[in-house]
Amino acid sequence: MIEVDRLSKRFGAVQALDGVSFAAADGEITGLLGPNGAGKSTCLRILSTVLAADSGTARIGGLDVRADPLEARRRLGVLPHNSGLYPQLTATENIEYYGRLQGLDEATLRRRVAALIERLDLGAIADRRAKGFSQGERTKVALARALVHEPRHLLLDEPTSGLDVMATRHLRDWLRELRAEGRCVLLSSHIMQEVEALVDRLVIVAHGRVVAAGTPRELAERFPNRNLEEIFVAVIGAEEGRA
Amino acid sequence: MRAIATVCRKEVLETARDRRTLMSLLLGPLLGPALFAVMINVLVTQTLSSIEEPLSLPMPGIEQAPNLEAFLRARGLLPLAEHEIATLDDAAEAVRAGRHDVVLAIDERFAKTFGTADAARVTLVFDGSKSRTGSRVARVRAAINAYGQQVGVLRLVALGLEPTLLRPLSVEDLDVSTPAGRSGLLLGMLTYFLMFATLSGGLHLAIDSTAGERERRSLEPLLTLPVERAELLLGKMAATVAYMLLALALTLAAFAVAFAFLPLERMGMSTSFGPLTALAVFAVLVPFAPLGAALMTVVASFTKTYREAQTYLTFVLLVPTLPLIFATMLNVEPRASLMWIPSLSQHLQIMALIRQEPLAPGLALLSAATTLAFGALLAWIAVRLYRREALLG
Repeated sequence: MIEVDRLSKRFGAVQALDGVSFAAADGEITGLLGPNGAGKSTCLRILSTVLAADSGTARIGGLDVRADPLEARRRLGVLPHNSGLYPQLTATENIEYYGRLQGLDEATLRRRVAALIERLDLGAIADRRAKGFSQGERTKVALARALVHEPRHLLLDEPTSGLDVMATRHLRDWLRELRAEGRCVLLSSHIMQEVEALVDRLVIVAHGRVVAAGTPRELAERFPNRNLEEIFVAVIGAEEGRA
Repeated sequence: MRAIATVCRKEVLETARDRRTLMSLLLGPLLGPALFAVMINVLVTQTLSSIEEPLSLPMPGIEQAPNLEAFLRARGLLPLAEHEIATLDDAAEAVRAGRHDVVLAIDERFAKTFGTADAARVTLVFDGSKSRTGSRVARVRAAINAYGQQVGVLRLVALGLEPTLLRPLSVEDLDVSTPAGRSGLLLGMLTYFLMFATLSGGLHLAIDSTAGERERRSLEPLLTLPVERAELLLGKMAATVAYMLLALALTLAAFAVAFAFLPLERMGMSTSFGPLTALAVFAVLVPFAPLGAALMTVVASFTKTYREAQTYLTFVLLVPTLPLIFATMLNVEPRASLMWIPSLSQHLQIMALIRQEPLAPGLALLSAATTLAFGALLAWIAVRLYRREALLG
């Protein structure tokens, strides 16, 4: 369970987050949707404790991230916007590095890495250095890296950006598997179609505020005769008209 | 502690895999000793070899002046038996073309004018822009002046006059410099070469693990791991120190080899630089490595890109020279009031080691302790900088 309550954050003159509240439940995939600069990344960065909020609280599994950031990070797996792999390390070494920093002992680490390589079909590139990887391969390795400590909560920042059709489909399948395991998955995106088929709940943000939230079905009922993309444009447009 | 070791091991491995970095790391340490050896050799050849060894040079027309020839021969200046020089123009041409460094041309009227009221003329032909030949020219000139003076004295005596009439002043040189003192300037450079090599050994890692990691966007996911930022940074600095010490060890080994071939004793330098001295110098410079690593990390933490960090750090490489310049100019001696200054205190210790005048252990301890303390202070500042939110840019 990830809960965000009246989160605000200002960078100089820019109010990046202005009282954002939402919750992402276990066993569900929640999509944080909004145009570029809406505050999605800031929100994820506060959840991953890289940034501190000016006000409001963020909880991971009931734990306030500010009270115990180290424990919060142990509960989280993070897939960053850019994979952030080390080009001179192999896929396996990249995953192992994060596993060790997560505090796994060597026996557990080896077991988990082998399992992840099997599950994400990384066998062919496991011992190759990351510098030559395609975007899809980088995302897979970064996902394995985020899962190595078996976190209950997963944050994914624009996970599908730069992926081709097949890689996107694979990623969706893996995220559905993670959901089936009862994990809490929160992902951000600025492209409606990408998340439409995947998410259980939508949180649409614009200008640092939540402008609409609910299941795709609920949103469709609130805006009859429109598809999700039109709803997206409608709520963001309304927000921009108001601003 | 485990996280620090993990980070350190990963940074060491990653750097070792970068072939270009590794090449510069291995070749860099050899550059200083090679340059040093060449410089010393040139200096020795210039200032010394010519004074001791007989020097043959063309002396066209010397057959007119058998006494002068005998005088010059006595001073190791021999007329070259075979040469093609007949006139002054030939001599100028030969020197210009570099066939001879210096030619002593005896005027064709030498025999006629010698002993008359007209001064007999000899001409020294040389190229003043070639500093290499300077000492030879000076040697020939000194010999001829001495001959002229001797003849003059004999003439005065023949006239019944006191020879000292022509020497109202008597100047004598009293050089009090010691052999060790003369080597001081060169050895000051040795310390700088060693510090430069140490710093450059860690330069790439200090930049890459901070500014570089941020630029490649691998820093942010790293910060989402349950590890304190201080641990991450200490791990990175530990890896930097490891490479710095490796570079220092290589440089010292290269210096030890180079010194074995240098004719330092001939310059009057009492210098020994065997494996034991090299080990002691290594020990003296060990506390300097964490200080340098922390300094470079602090500077790199301010910067946003690898290139920007590289620009600033080029200046950092010059910082340790400042105390050395001060020390060389003022010719300072080791004392407690100076031993707290990093780089200077290491320099004074290295000088003492090479002169084989061991310092009091207290001074060496003071140097190590203050240098490490400065390093710890800078590391603390680096950690503070790493806690800023602006770090992610």
